[in-house]
Amino acid sequence: MTESAIDYSKQPLAVEVKDVTMIFNMASESLTNLKEYFIKLAKHELFFEEFRALKHISFDVHRGEVVGLVGTNGSGKSTMLKIIAGVLEPSEGEVKVHGNIAPLIELGAGFDPELTARENIYLNGALLGYTKEFIDASFDEIIEFAELKDFVDMPLKNFSSGMVARIAFAIATITEPDILIVDETLSVGDVFFQQKCERRIQHFIESGDVTVLFVSHSMEQVERICQRAVWIEKGDLRMDGPVDEVCKAYHDQFK
Amino acid sequence: MADNLESQKAVAKPASHAKNDYEKDKFILRQLVTKDFKIKYRRSVLGVAWSVLNPLLMMVVMSIVFSTIFGQSRNGSITPEMYPLYLIVGNITFSVMSESTNQALMSIIWASSLLKKVKVHRWVFPVQKVLFSLVNFSFSLVAVALVMLFFRVVPTWHLILLPVCLLLLMCFCMGLGMMLSALAVFFRDVMHLWTVVITAWMYLTPIFWTTDYISQMAHWIQVLVVVNPMYNYLQFMRDIFLFNTVPSALTFGLCVAWAILALAIGYTVFHKTEHKFILYI
Repeated sequence: MTESAIDYSKQPLAVEVKDVTMIFNMASESLTNLKEYFIKLAKHELFFEEFRALKHISFDVHRGEVVGLVGTNGSGKSTMLKIIAGVLEPSEGEVKVHGNIAPLIELGAGFDPELTARENIYLNGALLGYTKEFIDASFDEIIEFAELKDFVDMPLKNFSSGMVARIAFAIATITEPDILIVDETLSVGDVFFQQKCERRIQHFIESGDVTVLFVSHSMEQVERICQRAVWIEKGDLRMDGPVDEVCKAYHDQFK
Repeated sequence: MADNLESQKAVAKPASHAKNDYEKDKFILRQLVTKDFKIKYRRSVLGVAWSVLNPLLMMVVMSIVFSTIFGQSRNGSITPEMYPLYLIVGNITFSVMSESTNQALMSIIWASSLLKKVKVHRWVFPVQKVLFSLVNFSFSLVAVALVMLFFRVVPTWHLILLPVCLLLLMCFCMGLGMMLSALAVFFRDVMHLWTVVITAWMYLTPIFWTTDYISQMAHWIQVLVVVNPMYNYLQFMRDIFLFNTVPSALTFGLCVAWAILALAIGYTVFHKTEHKFILYI
């Protein structure tokens, strides 16, 4: 892993995270009816308990970089990814993303179990921003990658979770995205499919155009795939640097 | 998000991403409406025919009930032959509003798993439900045509105003739907409350009773009935289907005003609150 010869800082920016703070309002989150709301309002308890999932996080990711986000459970990694993916809006600060994103966050989002695999591919493709013509043209390729040729017209509710994940991965990665967000998704499916997915991601990385943001609890996997790592701990940015240094420091905290 | 197409290596393939947000949202809306349509009629023998049958059967039931049991609710301007047509036109128009708002109300909550994972414009969900009810409405029109054929009512050129009326009604429903869907995210009470509101609204609107009745009502109810948006949309529909006239300036003006008002309020409420949805769903 000493190929840090490529100076990514000369590449254009792909993701800019500027002083991002994410505050969750614990008290109001559980309020879903008017009675509770007015009771809390009367008691002046409404906006009290705050939980800061991220505190003033800033980092830049350049085009072609492969960055791992590490940290213990509940430290804000997934929140960070969701903000970058545009699903969550930060309470303070801003995130700029240049290019299209293929979010592999919990595969199979927006799939409808009543629809067939074919119908779901079109629905999911639309949500990812693909054109109909593109899905038409890539349909066979998607099915082939997912290895589900015989089940195209079967309702998704009859599929196993592994099969659903295959289709989702195949759709999201059928075109080379500018930014690929991978959140623990490689742990689904059988070993062979996992390897197939990893090969495809590796292929994107080698092309040099795809920026990858990667979250995994497997440090071994992070070290193998990423060049750089960002360590977020309890909402604070603890460390940002070459993957081996960050991983070493991360391991050392447990000693 | 979809502004770089040039990085596509495969030349033979069409552009992978939609050119702009408009193209993307249009495709999403089409897919979502298709999905709802397929799911609605999956595993039913008669399938789409239900969209035609349902309003017809409702009309039969209502005309029996209201011309025998409550015979006096229909008098004056509506002849017995016209009454079924009066009923069905009123009923399907009101149904567009009640169905679309009921569905739109839940749309954001139903889409929660999706909104947590994919970046997508949130307004597409309530709007899609309204468009879906429009698709259903167009099937109901087949039922109306059958009734007109049966009672030998000849349509006139006034029907060309139908798209105008539908457009205004759609805007009204979208505004209402956006507002309700946003409120329902924060207060689930809205969904229970709305069922009651719809029932009250249905009785306040001349669906089965005729407008001659209004003059016999208490003054404040008269006012309530006449400013009622659905009264005006129903009036518009019946003017072009039954009475073969161009709707009066007042009816038309109120239809437009309600559409704009609902859309403005709905959009404002939705836009002001949508960034907080994710924390509550």
